[in-house]
Amino acid sequence: MNPHHPRPRLPRAALAPFRSRMPGVMMTLLMAFVLLFSMGLSLRLGSFPTSIGDVARALLTPDNSDVAFIIRELRLPRIVLAVLVGAALAVAGAILQGLVRNPLASPDVIGITSGAAMMAVLFLAFLRELVSIQWLPTAALLGALLSAGLIFLLTWKRGITPTGMVLVGIGLSAGMGAITTLTIVVSDDAAAMTAYVWLTGSLYAARWQDVLDLLPWLLVGIPLGLARARHLAVMALGDSMATGLGVAIQPSRLILMASSVMLAGAAVAFAGGISFVGLIAPHIAARLVGRQLSRWLPTTAISGALLVLYADLVGRVAFLPEDLPAGIFISAIGAPFFIYLLYRARRRGT
Amino acid sequence: MPFPQTSPRLQGAHLQAGYDTRRVLDDVSLDVEAGRLTMLLGPNGSGKSTLLKTLARTLSPTGGRVVLDGQDIQRRPTRAVARRLGILPQGPDAPEGLTVRQLVAMGRFPHQHFLKPQAREDALAIDEAMALADVDQFAARPVEALSGGQRQRCWIAMVLAQQTELILLDEPTTFLDLKVQVDLLDLLAELAHVHGRTLLVVMHDLNLAAAYADTLVMMRDGRIHYQGTPEQVFTADTLKAVFDLEARVMSVPGAAHPVCIPATGREHAGTLGEVAP
Repeated sequence: MNPHHPRPRLPRAALAPFRSRMPGVMMTLLMAFVLLFSMGLSLRLGSFPTSIGDVARALLTPDNSDVAFIIRELRLPRIVLAVLVGAALAVAGAILQGLVRNPLASPDVIGITSGAAMMAVLFLAFLRELVSIQWLPTAALLGALLSAGLIFLLTWKRGITPTGMVLVGIGLSAGMGAITTLTIVVSDDAAAMTAYVWLTGSLYAARWQDVLDLLPWLLVGIPLGLARARHLAVMALGDSMATGLGVAIQPSRLILMASSVMLAGAAVAFAGGISFVGLIAPHIAARLVGRQLSRWLPTTAISGALLVLYADLVGRVAFLPEDLPAGIFISAIGAPFFIYLLYRARRRGT
Repeated sequence: MPFPQTSPRLQGAHLQAGYDTRRVLDDVSLDVEAGRLTMLLGPNGSGKSTLLKTLARTLSPTGGRVVLDGQDIQRRPTRAVARRLGILPQGPDAPEGLTVRQLVAMGRFPHQHFLKPQAREDALAIDEAMALADVDQFAARPVEALSGGQRQRCWIAMVLAQQTELILLDEPTTFLDLKVQVDLLDLLAELAHVHGRTLLVVMHDLNLAAAYADTLVMMRDGRIHYQGTPEQVFTADTLKAVFDLEARVMSVPGAAHPVCIPATGREHAGTLGEVAP
């Protein structure tokens, strides 16, 4: 560095142009409140007009009217699924970003989503007539686990390194993408159409059963991730520093990766290939409350839930009578945001 | 709090270590003396950093073993080791946005437990470490906004917050202003002599090492060539043998330790005897 031009000491605000000044806990609580409000709003809006009174009656009384059915059995499971899927993808992304030490990592980048997509499309093309469609989530989840397994297998050479995981993941992702495309090309039109909608990511026709099937994965994946969250913070200091502080690097990586795959895999299994949530939500949360894990992770989960909830709401009500897949709207925000992150990373020289 | 002066707690025996195919350490044995400040010296590539990493178990030896308190360090839970031994690698990097206090708090990791947080002890240890390393005035600032010397003191505060008896540091003073180096080394000497900690430090600067070390360990080509007090081993002959350096070593009035003056290229040309009276 040129000694005559000392590096200008930028005020903190200049380093982080949009960082909120509100205390972190307040911000997280506010976000939780916004989420609850949004779920309520989403419950009221739809192709069939309903009032606040209808919603309250449907939720609080054993009402068996058509309106109550629409609210309780059609809208509510869809909303709850959107929230769970969004939160799961967001937390999976946050864990991966920490693990890989790269702000551009997300389940879609390192191939977990592609694995699920490949299996789902193979299922739709070849097993549709033989097996009930209810097995589609299982197939997708197996795909996610398969790709995580392959990443581990191919990276495992005296332990897993973050760079290795990214490179193998990107390669794997491309390969699986090719198989997915090939399968769609050779399958018939109806199957191809279903596959496309699945790939975009949609919560259409979500049922309570889906919520119940998704929940166990989150109940295992989230505590597993949280139990190692402090390790993740220490691992951000680099491998030798983390070892020096008493983190067993390889087991921690394995557990965190497993937690991330479980969350992302299960979410994608039930909502299809919704991308960008795992990338964007952790950044939104970091802007709002900073990266201290105890605040960052919950806020990340809420941000992800809000993203998917609103994307689904817009898809449901803005283009009536069409019910558009939520994935379209998240990609519409996600793609420019990804470019912005790349641009910022380049300017920082990281 | 002085620790009992017992037999060496950290020992390396017949260590062999390296990276991929390149073997760096060649049958190195070292007992780190408790309660003293030991400094590792040697030319680039002599294996001093590799020895430090191997002793700190961040690198596994391919032969020989490291013994901590009578047990093989590689067989003990890494967390239990982290309560006894702290290591600061060369040129550590803090994640963006991390504040000084958050960084120092990381030093408490091996003492914390998921189900049993000990917030008060942690806060005390963090405050004490920040005061000792003189970084408490930056507590709320992000680490990346500080100067190199200030940042280095934050990392040392982090290792201090770990409250280990053994502290291993890899070139903690490199790239710092001389005054900052001196302040830092004063702190390290105080830790050893007042607080009874055991320190092993890789050093680059010969004169500072000679001025501060209780014991000097001089390495070359993956082996320890000389080991002893600066008065014993810091001589023109050893500097020539280890560093291939032509230098005069002399004592300066008022200073307890020897200093070296390297010969310049002009002196090499044959005027060595004529320059100094």
